[in-house]
Amino acid sequence: MDQNITITMNVNGQTVSRNIPARTNLVDFVRYEMELTGSHVGCEHGVCGACTIRVNGDIVRGCLMLAAQAEGATVETIEGLSDSGEIADLQKAFHERNAVQCGFCTPGMLLTAEELLKKHPSPSREEIREFISGNYCRCTGYQAIVDAIERVAEERNG
Amino acid sequence: MKPAPFAYVRAETLDQVFDLLDEHGDDARILAGGQSLMATLNMRLSAPEILIDINGIDGLSDITTEGDTLKIGALARHSQVLESSDVAAYAPLISKAMPHVAHQAIRNRGTFGGSVAFADPAAELPAVTRALGAQMVIQGRSGQRKVAADDYFQGLFETDMKENEVLVGVEIPRIKDGEKTAFMELARRHGDYAIVGIAVQGRVDGGNFDDMRLGFFGAGDQPILAKSASAALNGQPNNEDTIKKAQDALDADLDPMPDLNGPAEMKMHLARVLTKRALAELAA
Repeated sequence: MDQNITITMNVNGQTVSRNIPARTNLVDFVRYEMELTGSHVGCEHGVCGACTIRVNGDIVRGCLMLAAQAEGATVETIEGLSDSGEIADLQKAFHERNAVQCGFCTPGMLLTAEELLKKHPSPSREEIREFISGNYCRCTGYQAIVDAIERVAEERNG
Repeated sequence: MKPAPFAYVRAETLDQVFDLLDEHGDDARILAGGQSLMATLNMRLSAPEILIDINGIDGLSDITTEGDTLKIGALARHSQVLESSDVAAYAPLISKAMPHVAHQAIRNRGTFGGSVAFADPAAELPAVTRALGAQMVIQGRSGQRKVAADDYFQGLFETDMKENEVLVGVEIPRIKDGEKTAFMELARRHGDYAIVGIAVQGRVDGGNFDDMRLGFFGAGDQPILAKSASAALNGQPNNEDTIKKAQDALDADLDPMPDLNGPAEMKMHLARVLTKRALAELAA
């Protein structure tokens, strides 16, 4: 049986087609085929959230989805969201509030924070903590991250 | 780690799935949301020759109602179930449980049917289907059959489904007037698999418990309906003595396995604590 597959998807606005091993997961696809290394690979079993990627508008675990399953999909990574300016305010707040230390979790954390603010524009600190509970950060103790997301929620609400 | 190599087929019809299952048998695995399967493949706990992706099959992800029955298609994503007003109205216990099922990024992919078919004894939804008296809709080449949740779960990751069958949906009876629900779990991190958890539906009429169904997860080798504890409550007044009897009856219902969280005795203790808290919430 053929263990390769040809797939076509849109990554950060660019339509790409590749023949890849079927076992390639989505985060490895964007890292190695697209050379977009902002999405990180941590635990590879869905626990840490470092590989968070947006597929058809919703965040997913990049390690728990095959690239083959993104056939025809719109895929957005931290590079895409960064270039479009969609999360510029979150990036600024993370920087200013020192919510970034080693930076390994930051891309996944930013995508998760953006999904939270789209779904719940005025989250409480408790709701922020619950929503980012699927993204591990081993540096900050989360306090600064919650502060940064809370500030952006307030700013966006004017 | 990365998965061992496999072939991948994007199935378009159930007949195509049955053909592939007949051809490959044990060497094939069905890929729905993949939120458990992909992790086991990555860790090489499983190394199938072929993955049959059923996500592209039409008509398996609808959430509908028919009379007093809620029908959840097997491919309905957790986030879709969480946001469904029909689910909230017909089966509020599911709506209460769903925020505890992993995290948003996983709920966006994971499916209701996948969780039920995988039958993880520590997962929320299988236990919820037992507390709700759900019916599993199973499709084979020769047609459909329905199996009650009480008969469907048969052991550790074991169900009544045969090799060449596919779970296509779950049917849940609408909550009746006066019935109430409570859902609680203990986990080290919100969204992680629970150390132990409880899902309850039942009524407290005139101060007496009735029609109680206590579902437990993380409390044995399969999702459990605590029949002894439920029986200890039915027809009895809501007071400390009754609740103590229900807590004691759990010894006959639950058989938790020791794991990294702690010994079985600790889980039994936590199950008793959760029972008291959940009954207080139900009666409130």
